[in-house]
Amino acid sequence: MGTYSQQFLQQTVNLVQLGSIYGLLAVGFSMVYGIARLVNFAYGPIFMVSTYLLFFFGTLMSAMTETAWIVLVFALIGASALTALLAIIIEKIAYKPLRGAPKVSVVVSSVGVGMALEYLVLSFIGPNPHRMPTFVGNSRYTVGGVNFSLATIIIVAVAVAAMVVLNLYIKKSRTGIALRAVAEDGLAASFMGISANWMISVAFILSAIMATIGASLYGVAYPTFNPYFGEQINWWSFTAAVLGGIGSVKGAILGGYLLAAVNVYSPMLLPTSSWRDVVAFGVLIFVLMIKPAGLIGKKRIEKV
Amino acid sequence: MKKRKGFHLILFAVGLALCCAVMNFGLIQTSKILIIQYVGIYIIFVLGINLVNGYLGIFSLAHAGIMAVGGYTASLASMHIFTSPWMFPLSLLTGGMASVLVGLCVAVPSFNVRGDYLAIITLGFSLIVKSILQNLEVVGGPRGLRPIPKYTNLIWVYLCVVLAIVMVNRFVKSKYGRNMMAIREDQIASELVSVDVRNAKSVAFSVSAFFIGISGALICHLLSYTNPNSYGYSAIIDGLVMVYLGGVGSITGSIIGALIWQILVQSLRTIGTWRWIIGGCILVVIMIFQPNGIFGNRELSIAGIKRAFAAIRNRLAKGAAGKKDGQ
Repeated sequence: MGTYSQQFLQQTVNLVQLGSIYGLLAVGFSMVYGIARLVNFAYGPIFMVSTYLLFFFGTLMSAMTETAWIVLVFALIGASALTALLAIIIEKIAYKPLRGAPKVSVVVSSVGVGMALEYLVLSFIGPNPHRMPTFVGNSRYTVGGVNFSLATIIIVAVAVAAMVVLNLYIKKSRTGIALRAVAEDGLAASFMGISANWMISVAFILSAIMATIGASLYGVAYPTFNPYFGEQINWWSFTAAVLGGIGSVKGAILGGYLLAAVNVYSPMLLPTSSWRDVVAFGVLIFVLMIKPAGLIGKKRIEKV
Repeated sequence: MKKRKGFHLILFAVGLALCCAVMNFGLIQTSKILIIQYVGIYIIFVLGINLVNGYLGIFSLAHAGIMAVGGYTASLASMHIFTSPWMFPLSLLTGGMASVLVGLCVAVPSFNVRGDYLAIITLGFSLIVKSILQNLEVVGGPRGLRPIPKYTNLIWVYLCVVLAIVMVNRFVKSKYGRNMMAIREDQIASELVSVDVRNAKSVAFSVSAFFIGISGALICHLLSYTNPNSYGYSAIIDGLVMVYLGGVGSITGSIIGALIWQILVQSLRTIGTWRWIIGGCILVVIMIFQPNGIFGNRELSIAGIKRAFAAIRNRLAKGAAGKKDGQ
């Protein structure tokens, strides 16, 4: 009995760690959706590119200095900047000409961008997995029979901090208010002198930064990566964002934790872990059948 | 009218004769025949997807799961029940029917869930099917099914493609097809003019599932093996790409989409991963210039070609002044 509850607590620790990462990624996904009304299927590949950028900056920096946190901070800054640049370039080339086109066309365009990015990385770097340099030492603590690693604590702390800062930024700052105005009604916002184009770029920048922070945390938790894993991340963050109610930051965070909970707990209840996906998506479909607009999504009343 | 019917019959017979000739006299390399078969099978697949994603206007991602059900059922049928090659149509039909049942299940959530939320439900459906197949040892688990008898050949593919095109064409022009398009344009308005939305969606999903299932069955009998991994994310993306590349709500578009994409993917194997990069870029460019796909909501017809020529002539006559005249 004791072992079971201990196992449960241990899994809860895992849940909080995984949920923080999923939540952060889902927020990045949801950001673009909320402002630009775009389901960005290139998000996963952008995440993958940012992982590679982190890897390059990380190895570059660790050749120069020994201190782990300096390496991490500089790698993060460099990778975020380049990822944001990439996101803006993609937006200008592939999405901006499609303003006013049917929604699905933009989705398909993003599928094309994602495909091109994934296979570009694949043909230049190759399919072999790489290993992220160690940013965080692996010291472990045991509290009441439950193991914490330093990595877990840092992952959760950074993810929560990033989400809180983002939330404050959107709620309080001038740009944040303008962002919300564009999300509410782009045309009306443009009458108030807000440049919708610039706000969409800002949304892409924020999304890219979230993806990069998410990538660094993901790299701390699961250090090996290859060019294919962006696709998986894409579907997971899409799912988490939709589950919570797409376009809403809080909803995305909630969706991330819920998805992680289903992922982490279902192997405990089932005989084998191979049924995990069935359970995860079963829960997902169930939730959406009951709440067709996500957990805390606004139900839009259709006007005729 | 009668004259055109005769013309179509002659066209069909010529095509059939051509297929026989190609198969028996070795006019084309075997590898090229394989590509032609791929194109044909994916035309059926894309026609099926287009019914829901194009004509009904629902962004569904269920096609991979439906294809898996059709393929597995038909393969099991021809491995255990319909063991002689002459019963191949029966196992095709079994696969199609199993897909129809599954398609009806997918139609149910579409009654009250909309947009991206429905996309996630259908995505979940596809991944659940894949995961179940991976876990069922009866159907081979992750290793998949083999050996499936290799019944698919050029003639079967040709017959199925012709049948699919004729059936979809008639279906789209029927009462159900008009209902579907009415729902796509405005669901509430069509409800007000007494379109039975639930009925129309169920019919659309099941007819679409039938063709997707048939295509799955054909491809299993072509490759003579199948495994759950063939029905994952990449199958979903493949289907979407072909539909939206060729054009939503168009039969010509479905054919063009399958043709371009399969030729790109299958025949450019020599350039390795670069074909995906080119493919991605092509997709972006086409979406920018033709947001509904190459033949979005249009069909290729002789009258249409004449009209296009007339428009070009007009534009040329107007000269440099009529630069931006619209369609």
